[in-house]
Amino acid sequence: MLDALLTLVIVLLKIVALLVPLMVAVAYLTFAERKIIGYIQGRVGPLHVGPRGWLQPIADAVKLIFKEIIIPAGANRFLFLLAPLLAMGPSIAAWAVMPLGENLYITDINAGLLYVLAVTSLSVYGIIIAGWASNSKYAFLGALRSAAQVVSYEIAMGFALVGVLLAAGSMNLREIVLAQQGSLLHWFWLPLLPLFVVYFIAGLAETNRAPFDLAEGESEIVAGFHVEYSGMSFGVFFLAEYANMILISMLTALMFLGGWLSPFQGIPVLDSLFSWVPGIVWLLLKTSFFLLLFLWVRATFPRYRYDQLMRLGWKILIPITIAWLLVVGAAVVGGLGPWFDGA
Amino acid sequence: MSFEQFIFYLFAAAMLGSAMMVITMRNPVHAALSLVLTFFSGAALWLLLEAEFLAITLVLVYVGAVMVLFLFVVMMLDINLARLREGFVKLLPVGVVMALLVIGMMAYVVGPENFGLEKFAEPVGHPADYSNTKQLGRVLYTVYVYPFEIAAVILLVAIIAAISLALRKRPLTKHQNPDLQIAVRKEDRLRIIKSDAKKSQPANLEDKR
Repeated sequence: MLDALLTLVIVLLKIVALLVPLMVAVAYLTFAERKIIGYIQGRVGPLHVGPRGWLQPIADAVKLIFKEIIIPAGANRFLFLLAPLLAMGPSIAAWAVMPLGENLYITDINAGLLYVLAVTSLSVYGIIIAGWASNSKYAFLGALRSAAQVVSYEIAMGFALVGVLLAAGSMNLREIVLAQQGSLLHWFWLPLLPLFVVYFIAGLAETNRAPFDLAEGESEIVAGFHVEYSGMSFGVFFLAEYANMILISMLTALMFLGGWLSPFQGIPVLDSLFSWVPGIVWLLLKTSFFLLLFLWVRATFPRYRYDQLMRLGWKILIPITIAWLLVVGAAVVGGLGPWFDGA
Repeated sequence: MSFEQFIFYLFAAAMLGSAMMVITMRNPVHAALSLVLTFFSGAALWLLLEAEFLAITLVLVYVGAVMVLFLFVVMMLDINLARLREGFVKLLPVGVVMALLVIGMMAYVVGPENFGLEKFAEPVGHPADYSNTKQLGRVLYTVYVYPFEIAAVILLVAIIAAISLALRKRPLTKHQNPDLQIAVRKEDRLRIIKSDAKKSQPANLEDKR
């Protein structure tokens, strides 16, 4: 009994140790977004709260917490309040299987990749229910767009992941990273290059980020699904979106860029020179790179029109993934080196 | 009661409760969401059986895709509950007969005499390195390869049928032509006119009015 209690306490501590840095990262990702997009557009971004604006996310959080939560008269009260939680839950639950290092994880399950795919596919419920429960036309249009978009891009995303598990021969995220050991050229970005690109694009669409943010589309449907939300109930949607961005970035780093493996592996001098750097630093650097890409894309591209979005998803991304799955399958069977000759 | 039993009863109760809610809820959206909860509880029960592939696929396929489309349709429909209840009394006898038939069949198949430890051996836990996914794949692609392929072909036929049903031409529908859109150049849409900045100034404002 005492043993069970101790295990429970340790697991809870692990969860807290993961979630607190994650929430801080989410807060400072919003700050980074405003700063980086500001610089890209020739502005400076927030700079008045705290030294050089560094306390801006804290001020934003305090503001959101103390604002009144308004529930529209015609809204379905229960579902209206449930929707933000349904958006937040999956984006946190997926972190349960993320390995941050070879021995740094909360759980290490066999079907980790499948679990991540299943859990991230649930985040669409928050958006649909929010749109419907608000009893507003704008919100409902946003929700419908989002539902169609997420279901379509999930197929391309799932096929890209099938390519990864074919290449690694495992659905365990830790083993997927270990299968990329060797050098920078052993990472899966090279043999799975089309899938890597497709995965990142589908990830942009899954997280409802520009240029796929039709569910929000502030120029046509005001703010889409969260138009009726205020205060912290809006804040939770916001947190979920940014937590999802970090999740997708880290997954991309784990599956295609060798996770916590050092980029200098296999290079004679540099390898030993940088061997003191802990693996998590490399993982976080790679994750930050993809987060920067997220922001960069948002500052660069205009929003897709709805029919363009569907055409890109169904007629371009999905055929690419199917064709490349055949190539990967042949390469694995043929034992193409240096990636697939080990097994 | 062991921890496994506690989990089993918790999710079994949740599953039964939410399945009841699917048919008793007045609001169709609430009913669809109850069905989601039912699938979730079912997935949790499968996890207890160490069938993690099936459990996660249940969530991925049914909750993540099928129910989203279901909800999509239910939300779009303008369901008139009063009209749905109109024929209730008239159709009640038929409904009762159907319900009794189904209950009879289910009692015959899943009645208590078909279960119990004397009928089935007690399931043994597998070691930690046991992979349900690998076992399933091994069986599916060797012993059951023909049924598997036949099911795949049936699904393909269904996909083609669905697409050909949706792809009918209607005279009033307008389509975008992506080729033409991509082929557009700046010169087709934009005309730059040089104008003299000074000339267009009106002599005085009264004239303009």
